[in-house]
Amino acid sequence: MTNVAFVALACGLIIGLGAIGACIGIGIMGGKFIEASARQPELMNALQTKMFLLAGLIDAAFLIGVGIAMMFAFANPFAG
Amino acid sequence: MAAETAVEGAAHAPTASEYIVHHLGHLSTQHQEKIIDFSIINLDTVFWSVLMGVVGLTFMIVAAHRATSGVPGRFQAFIEMVVEMVNDQAKNIIHGDRTFIAPLALTVFVWVFLMNSLDFLPVDLFSGIFRLFDMEPHFRIVPTADLNGTLGMSIGVLALMLYYNVKIKGLGGFIHELFCAPFGAHPALWLPNLGLNIIEFVAKTVSLGMRLFGNMYAGELVFLLIALLGSTATWWGFGMQVIAGSIWAIFHILIVLLQAFIFMMLTLVYIGQAHEGH
Repeated sequence: MTNVAFVALACGLIIGLGAIGACIGIGIMGGKFIEASARQPELMNALQTKMFLLAGLIDAAFLIGVGIAMMFAFANPFAG
Repeated sequence: MAAETAVEGAAHAPTASEYIVHHLGHLSTQHQEKIIDFSIINLDTVFWSVLMGVVGLTFMIVAAHRATSGVPGRFQAFIEMVVEMVNDQAKNIIHGDRTFIAPLALTVFVWVFLMNSLDFLPVDLFSGIFRLFDMEPHFRIVPTADLNGTLGMSIGVLALMLYYNVKIKGLGGFIHELFCAPFGAHPALWLPNLGLNIIEFVAKTVSLGMRLFGNMYAGELVFLLIALLGSTATWWGFGMQVIAGSIWAIFHILIVLLQAFIFMMLTLVYIGQAHEGH
């Protein structure tokens, strides 16, 4: 296999595996938020702010991975 | 791609990779060969971040001068909403003197939001402008899509964390906490404590900077890929570009706001953690 093939595989793995973690994490958190809203609707607004903040934090590692994978795909610093 | 076969000779039509690589290059003082090279400065990042800082400051100064204690106009009401939101967050998180920290959080929020929102300008706008002058430099518009920009800001936050740690706990107290928290004061635990605290500081700084970079870089790259759809010069390519571009731009509005908010909240949280002990 050529170097280009390996880089392409690596980008796919980075993005795919990161997406699994991020999506499952946000799914669980979103489920808890909806459950909490159903139990105590008056807290919905206060919790929504915190939910968006947490969504950004959970997505962080995944998007860092996407940034690095895109950099390898288009401006690979290791190869010519 | 249709573009490269259609026009040869005088006008050079780039391939898809060349187009993207051209749009990813910075206007820097030297071409960057190594991954880390502190002698190179990305002039476009510096220019746009300073410009957005000036724009944000002007905005706020105008708002402050025009503020009345009578019935507020819409502009004043908007600024008051933003200031009140930041102040509420600061009040909840910082238990101490907020006279510097709350305006710092507001500055961070407004500045990062303005820098992020530069991503809404069309991708080829500045290439087109430069082509009118027969120049074809590399030019990146969004300073927060440059790792140097975001890591610079998060190193500033690290400096503030260290400053507030020393100010609140005293230099001796801070060093004591470095060596004795979180595991305990027994001398055998000093090295693990120090290691863990150093890792904590490094992880906070790096993740703060790279989170913002990753979001903005990925967003810009998706805009570039959608622009490539339009370059197929077919009716379906153009249609898909318009639709996908609109959807992604609308989603990106949320991301721009959210990332600025997250950066501000984390700045407040990290400085708040410096106020408390372990």
